[in-house]
Amino acid sequence: MRLRLFVSRDAGSLAVGAEEVVQSLTAALRQRGIRFDFIRTGSRGLFWLEPLLEVEAPAGRVGYGPLRPSDAEAVISSILAGGSPHPSFLGLVDEIPYLKQQTRLVFARSGKIDPLDLAAYRQEGGYHGLAKALALDPAAVIETVTQSGLRGRGGAGFPAGIKWRTAARAGAGQKYIVCNADEGDSGTFADRMLMEGDPFALIEGMTIAGYAVGASKGYIYTRSEYPHAVATMNRAIAQARAEGLLGPRVFDSNFAFDIEMRVGAGAYVCGEETALLDSIEGKRGQVRAKPPLPAVSGLFGKPTVINNVITLASVPWILANGAEAYRDFGYGRSRGTMPIQLAGNIRYPGLFEAAFGLTLGDLVEKIGGGTASGRPVRAVQVGGPLGAYFPPALFDTPFDYEAFAAKDGLIGHGGVVVFDDRVDMARQARFAMEFCAFESCGKCTPCRIGSTRGVEVMDRILRGENREANLALIEELCETLRYGSLCALGGFTPYPVMSAIRHFREDFMTPKRRCVAT
Amino acid sequence: MTNPTAWNAVLAEQIIAGYRDIQGAILPVLHALQDAFGYIPDEAIELVAQGLNISRADVYGILTFYHDFRRSPPGRHVLQLCRAESCQAMGGDALADHVRERLGIDWGETRADGSVTLLPVFCLGLCACSPSALLDGRPMGRLSQERMDALLDEVTS
Repeated sequence: MRLRLFVSRDAGSLAVGAEEVVQSLTAALRQRGIRFDFIRTGSRGLFWLEPLLEVEAPAGRVGYGPLRPSDAEAVISSILAGGSPHPSFLGLVDEIPYLKQQTRLVFARSGKIDPLDLAAYRQEGGYHGLAKALALDPAAVIETVTQSGLRGRGGAGFPAGIKWRTAARAGAGQKYIVCNADEGDSGTFADRMLMEGDPFALIEGMTIAGYAVGASKGYIYTRSEYPHAVATMNRAIAQARAEGLLGPRVFDSNFAFDIEMRVGAGAYVCGEETALLDSIEGKRGQVRAKPPLPAVSGLFGKPTVINNVITLASVPWILANGAEAYRDFGYGRSRGTMPIQLAGNIRYPGLFEAAFGLTLGDLVEKIGGGTASGRPVRAVQVGGPLGAYFPPALFDTPFDYEAFAAKDGLIGHGGVVVFDDRVDMARQARFAMEFCAFESCGKCTPCRIGSTRGVEVMDRILRGENREANLALIEELCETLRYGSLCALGGFTPYPVMSAIRHFREDFMTPKRRCVAT
Repeated sequence: MTNPTAWNAVLAEQIIAGYRDIQGAILPVLHALQDAFGYIPDEAIELVAQGLNISRADVYGILTFYHDFRRSPPGRHVLQLCRAESCQAMGGDALADHVRERLGIDWGETRADGSVTLLPVFCLGLCACSPSALLDGRPMGRLSQERMDALLDEVTS
């Protein structure tokens, strides 16, 4: 007998000791003379169970988690005894309710396969989408993406097909596909997980986009905070090149396409698409005024499709399975699935890919299990540092672009950060201003100066100085930021600030407050 | 920790020359220089400007725009502690206060003995195991005060 064992090498799994568990298991297995193969996968996204060990069994993979290195002996005995009894034994991984309730289209492979095993990728449906695309006319590929209803998953929710069509019609000559992998929102990690867990899906999606709009070059711009994702993507790109899946003759066709990785340098604002383009060009990452749209004049002044990782990684599935199959999932005008990321003070943190339409309350309470601390949920920030704070009173809001907008919020890139009843919402509002000040690119005045003034006014409120007058002032400042800023950094900072004031006003009225040092 | 080499203009010029043919090369060049030397000394500005045929003002502007680039040598260890919302929700602020107090330094500073540099970071994508940090590039999650103390003992000894 030879055991087949699977442990994630996702940065999130490594952060909680996956490597130490593998070493400990390896030593124990060797000592017992048991033959085994360790397959290092991406993560399933069930992070409260990490480090998670999966073992191939006749009925499918069974899991053990969360493991400590000291569990190795007992776990091996349990494996040899057919799965029990061990307190960390989880049974069949596919039957774990958190996973079973999901609709995994984009994350179908993450956690299952070695992310750099191209044969495994193809066996699990990889490159069917590109094969179908290359058999179609480029315009038909764009039509399929348009019909699928796919909208940009970075946060703006703009229809991907329309963006592609604009770039395709922008004349001949050099065009670019740029993947925005500058995932800076706190509470989000879907892009990172996808790049570390299924990098070929992103490569395939970008290649399809390149074929559809007539681009021969793609860039992936990601964060220096994601060293593992950078390493995995680079290796995957090199492999795809070696196998003829990137390069002058993709799939032996006349279509040429290649991809280059670019790594940012700690500037949140570079997640804004035009700042990102400037950063690739070798400039300060400052926001451009629009128009022109990047689809018309983008990178190096050429027509450019710029999409988020998840948007592009959704495309192979859509091509392989058809626009209708994708459009059948979803809610209202939000079609398909969204990888929702549950984070912060939550009992079951992780990635939950589902069709749009689940309510926020179901996500936080039913799926997420409430808080990790066991205390009541007080506030949930959805959509990153520029997203609104929602109180439990709004838990009936369905996860959908329009429904969140109607409640003065946004779903952004799908991050959900839960806070318990110890949170001080006035401090959170101050932090939103502080973050904006720290990350402002400085190009427009409302954001550059308004954010610093916002921190000062919040400090006065925290000290209890002229509270009503200062609250009125901060509301006015938020109006200026919202309508006067060039991009979403200044424009959306009012979401967390104003939602905190609106839903948690009592926190702004408490007299005693320790002064917040930066 | 990767061991940076002492500043060496010849090596720096070789590094820069390796990027001459790519478009928008400055960020990759600055990353490569920082990887090699641990920081980007002022002498590098002139070399980068010449090597990429851009002005020194441009190099300076880019160097100072991006939070990652350091203009003085870091400590032997670099601790990047996440300060963003998900980690805040899990006690990240108190942990950060504790770290600053124990190390006796503030954000962006290096201890006088050169052992460790403390940097703030806004999200490492490790939000499902908050609070989190990168220590010399190694991801660390579910950081309790005890675990952090053990790490700090390791890096300051």
